[in-house]
Amino acid sequence: MSEQRIMLGNEAIARGAFEAGVKVSSAYPGTPSTEISEFLSKYEEVYTEWAPNEKVAVEVAIGASFSGARSLACMKHVGLNVASDPLYTFSYTGVNGGAVLVVADDPGLASSQNEQDTRMIARSAHVPVLEPSDSNEAKEFIKFAYELSEKYDTPVILRTTTKLSHSQGIVTLSDRVVPEDKVYNRDVKKYVMMPGSAIGRHLVVEDRENRLSNDCSDFSINRVEEGSGKLGVITSGICYQYVKEALPNADVLKIGIVNPLPRRLIEEFSKKYDEVLIVEELEPVIEEQIKSWGIKAKGKELFTKQGEYSANMIKKAILGFDDEVFSKEQVPARPPILCPGCPHRSVFSVLNKLKIHAAGDIGCYTLGAVAPLSVIDTTVCMGASISVLHGIEKSKGKDFIKNWVAVIGDSTFLHTGVNSLINMVYNKSTATVIVLDNRTTGMTGHQDHAATGKTLKGEDTYAIDLKELCTAIGVPNVLEVNAFDVSTLEKTIKESVNGDVLTVIIAKAPCALLKGQKFPYKCVSDPEKCKKCGMCLKIGCPAITKAKDGTIVIDGTSCNGCGLCLNYCKFGAIEKVER
Amino acid sequence: MKEMNIMVVGVGGQGTLLTSRIIGKTALSCGFDVKLSEVHGMAQRGGSVVTFVRFGEKVREPVVEEGNADILISFEQLEALRYSHFLKKGGKIIVNDCKIEPMTVVTGAAEYPENIIETLKEKHDVTVIDGISAAKELGNPKVLNSVVLGAAARKIGFTKEEWISVIEKTVPVKTVDINVKAFLKGYGE
Repeated sequence: MSEQRIMLGNEAIARGAFEAGVKVSSAYPGTPSTEISEFLSKYEEVYTEWAPNEKVAVEVAIGASFSGARSLACMKHVGLNVASDPLYTFSYTGVNGGAVLVVADDPGLASSQNEQDTRMIARSAHVPVLEPSDSNEAKEFIKFAYELSEKYDTPVILRTTTKLSHSQGIVTLSDRVVPEDKVYNRDVKKYVMMPGSAIGRHLVVEDRENRLSNDCSDFSINRVEEGSGKLGVITSGICYQYVKEALPNADVLKIGIVNPLPRRLIEEFSKKYDEVLIVEELEPVIEEQIKSWGIKAKGKELFTKQGEYSANMIKKAILGFDDEVFSKEQVPARPPILCPGCPHRSVFSVLNKLKIHAAGDIGCYTLGAVAPLSVIDTTVCMGASISVLHGIEKSKGKDFIKNWVAVIGDSTFLHTGVNSLINMVYNKSTATVIVLDNRTTGMTGHQDHAATGKTLKGEDTYAIDLKELCTAIGVPNVLEVNAFDVSTLEKTIKESVNGDVLTVIIAKAPCALLKGQKFPYKCVSDPEKCKKCGMCLKIGCPAITKAKDGTIVIDGTSCNGCGLCLNYCKFGAIEKVER
Repeated sequence: MKEMNIMVVGVGGQGTLLTSRIIGKTALSCGFDVKLSEVHGMAQRGGSVVTFVRFGEKVREPVVEEGNADILISFEQLEALRYSHFLKKGGKIIVNDCKIEPMTVVTGAAEYPENIIETLKEKHDVTVIDGISAAKELGNPKVLNSVVLGAAARKIGFTKEEWISVIEKTVPVKTVDINVKAFLKGYGE
């Protein structure tokens, strides 16, 4: 028997890419897609890299495909927005070696800023989308995606969702089979998308989609599972599992290709029922198309466009009951927080003290929006902190932004923040930008980037110097400050927000979770000296809590020893001791 | 056994992931179909985390639904209370005797509930484990997960040897001995 392993959905996708003979993979980390690249990087045979952003990653995959090899790019749903520019035209050029984009949607917003549906983008880009429903299918579908890509001369999207990417199931392993590279031939009409050739390729795209629409009803990745014949359900992806759990007797059409839809198969299946049930998370992509063909169907009248589905939700809607037995207990919420020893906390404690608003960005530091730090005012997308602050200055003037800064992490800065900074330089901004340089991509689980000096494969490489980069693009005032040096930070921020030149403050200190970052101390409090003023609680460190008598207690196990709290105790009630 | 639904809950950073993976691997090595659901990304940062393990002849959805859990393993009291309604009638709770105040309590926006264990005992079969003291006795506070897992293993089933063989293959090589000791301490040997 072939080897069986329990694998995370993302690990299975990586395994599938490996087995399919992928040669080149490029990606930018983003929950829930990150682990695909991390697992793939462990296979020596595959070249894998972190790109600075998803647009670059997809273009790298395009290059590898044009040259004749099988290539991969992975991203989260919002990453596809960044990469949509190359994607839309890649659809026109088509491929040489097979090319697959894995795009991970996040219904339920486990770690994202919106709940957009990748199938909508794929439809407008005319790119086929496959959707697996468990780890083993994820591995098999990506292999099928490469065959499809080469047969129909198109990039293919493998769509996953958080629940699939981050759940584990049993996977049967196969060997890696590397197809021979396709021959590269110069072909201006196919690879140079100037109007004269693109107009021809648009016809090719239309023809391809028609052929795929006709053929895909016969694809083995779709299947009908017969039940009692009373209820017909059309579903795909992880929702298939919820349907099988909730309605074990229903007839189910499980669709493996969700763009284009297997119309003939759907029409044949639907004939047997007065009305079919469509179960799909997020947008009514399947439902609206099916209804437009004149098939009677119910979907979003019963189910929401928000969040993740569940078997209970389906039971409640279709059968009128669910399994809830005990009532929910009323308990205080436990939202995520910055870790003990996090350098962002230090910067935010100063901003909070100075009553400064921050245009924020995407990363752990978005958590600076919540109490007690409460300094982040805006978060939109990767890189937006800098450009949003610029817009505020241009609209309201310098006086208005004297109590504003932009905050952005090092990885996010290199992703798309640097473009916004170029705009600030060019258009005479006088704002203050703080780069929270913790030497890693923190939120997604500590990935390297172009300024860390290490590649995804763990090799040494050139580390971009952020100070030199800012200076080179013309920022007149670039300062580096130790993120834990609160007095210097306070002085520097005060001066720069009141100054009249564009300033970048690079607040440096490694992420507390990076290996070897624990300080050799821990903080202890002296209840005799504690005046119960609560100032140390304002920094929102999870290691500091109040005892019954109102004095503070520091948990020695979770305290990282950063010593930030010492700066906020006027009474000397906290001291650092050796660990 | 048709199927078993297990939840492992706690505060981000407490090690729920590793614990649920050991349970999943043990079920796989005993020939069951297994599914696990995990939490990554922002939610991991000190927030309330829940992982699910389901095994049986054939498992469909990777999460355990409300009212369907056979066993709830919690590394923290408040988190046990938060997810207790997921248990079916007659379900079992293994709870580590530990309280971690959420930021909503620290800032004064909410209060940490009193007498959680008593509240849980009114409706459920509750086993309280002082995993922190047990782990400290063994000389490494980090192995509290293995202590709690040991206690849970008694309720889940499989043989002691099957559990230990998976622990040996899953935890970092240097920590195998102490984790096995911690497991046995929780297991009651």
